[in-house]
Amino acid sequence: MLSSSKLTKLRNQFPLIKNSTAVYLDNAATTQKPQCVIDAVADFYQQTNANVHRASHALSAKATGEFEAARESVANFINARSANEIIWTRGTTEAINLVSQSYGINTLQAGDEIILTTLEHHANIVPWQLVAQQTGAKILVVDIHDDCSLNIEHYQSLLSANTKVVAISHLSNAIGVINPIKQMIADAHNVGAVVLVDGAQAVSHFDIDVEDLDCDFYAFSGHKMFGPTGIGVLYGKQALLEAMPPWQGGGEMIEKVSFSGTTFNRVPFRFEAGTPNIAGAIGLSAAIAFLAQQDRHLLQQHEDHLLNLAESELNKIEKLQVIGQTSHKAGALSFVIQGEHPSDIGTILDEQGIAVRTGHHCTMPLMERLQLNGTIRASFSIYNTEEDVLSFVNAVKKTLEFL
Amino acid sequence: MNLDLISTFSTSPFGTELTVASVCEQLGNAGHWENRYRTIIQLGKKIPPLKNALKTDDHLVHGCESQVWLYAELDVDKNEMLFAIDSDARIVKGLIALALAACHRQTPEHITGFDFDQYFASMNLGKHLSPSRSNGLKNIVEKIQQTAQATITL
Repeated sequence: MLSSSKLTKLRNQFPLIKNSTAVYLDNAATTQKPQCVIDAVADFYQQTNANVHRASHALSAKATGEFEAARESVANFINARSANEIIWTRGTTEAINLVSQSYGINTLQAGDEIILTTLEHHANIVPWQLVAQQTGAKILVVDIHDDCSLNIEHYQSLLSANTKVVAISHLSNAIGVINPIKQMIADAHNVGAVVLVDGAQAVSHFDIDVEDLDCDFYAFSGHKMFGPTGIGVLYGKQALLEAMPPWQGGGEMIEKVSFSGTTFNRVPFRFEAGTPNIAGAIGLSAAIAFLAQQDRHLLQQHEDHLLNLAESELNKIEKLQVIGQTSHKAGALSFVIQGEHPSDIGTILDEQGIAVRTGHHCTMPLMERLQLNGTIRASFSIYNTEEDVLSFVNAVKKTLEFL
Repeated sequence: MNLDLISTFSTSPFGTELTVASVCEQLGNAGHWENRYRTIIQLGKKIPPLKNALKTDDHLVHGCESQVWLYAELDVDKNEMLFAIDSDARIVKGLIALALAACHRQTPEHITGFDFDQYFASMNLGKHLSPSRSNGLKNIVEKIQQTAQATITL
């Protein structure tokens, strides 16, 4: 267990948490930032700011050095084979769009199949719908069991020689269900399909090892793992990236431009048109360094403890139903209350200083499958406390007395 | 016009029994947030509910986390706008009641010129009109003003 002195020390590294009386349980939307990340971004602008890769001067060399070192740190963080497999994006959404628009458009044909799951965030649905429209490929959707875990038998029955892409979330944003992605990746590879994993929610909770998972693409955002907003990562196996055409055009991604024809830069730069989010990349690298200093196993136990405590306390409330009865969950807890609209619950919780998210959580197909008009979602992070959980549960009880 | 809708318009206490001045007074006296929200929810209950047959998708206000249905007509003889708005969420319904106090049975010119920002801010509810709010009050207010504007432009 994480001792209370260690937890206090950890909380003190997050200025917004340290200085606030509110209970922040919207970590699945974005996490708060430790001082070291805030400092890294500020230090960059105060001491190192220059554009990368293009100038001959010393400041640019320094900025480029830090920027490329950040890429190395991401590669180490997820155990990629090389920093060439790390492409900077604005976030998970852009990473998935890059794969769908570059890899998808150029490889998919009419009759090919893309497999998604009922649990996906809109960001891992809509880009594939666009590609399906453009190529004539078909989207198949893996259903869930009553406990909201993925129906793996159904998934396996959908796999065939027609399956070209499987795009799955590692951890569901709306209901916190963990998907058995390692097995799913192996199954997809058996039929020759390529697998993209949406790791937006997973990176802040689990150690990610892309070599062990053997996924072809892994997408995540900096801001959900204590880094800045506007920076994200697409990991791709180098051989796949090498074969992919550029997506966005501009500076940085080219080798030579001429009106008679343009040649493109090597991977990963081919996919990074325009000036990148340099400060964001350096901030994300600081977040990775911060996580490297922690005992992540202990933090994961702490988060699991908070989730279990919240679930067992909420289950005592009459008319309250936790969505996703599977025990294989992490990070987020979604629930509904019979006869009450999630929006009303969220408003009254906010008045009591509890920050949660209500609504469809960008998973409208999942809500439709569950026949819900939305849920109330509390999502936990490393700096949350048992007191946070109990304040939240008491606030839910008070809300119900009130409505 | 649909008879159910006519009855919803005519039984509405807004603009007569419940006016801008009276709801502001009620909320002004409510004090603590709990009493204020209790008052808001009570006001929501004064809205004549829309018949289920009228709760159709083509009358949904977009951008609201809850479902909000809006009907508007101009009473040409009196030059007054009539509104029937309902929601499946209680607090949203209460906020709609406050909006109805300002627009039901008012002239289109009055409605388009009415400062809803200032009105909600005066009741310490300004945050519900922020664009980040998912309750959609901002969209509801815009829809009210657009429908009023449309009758003037005609």
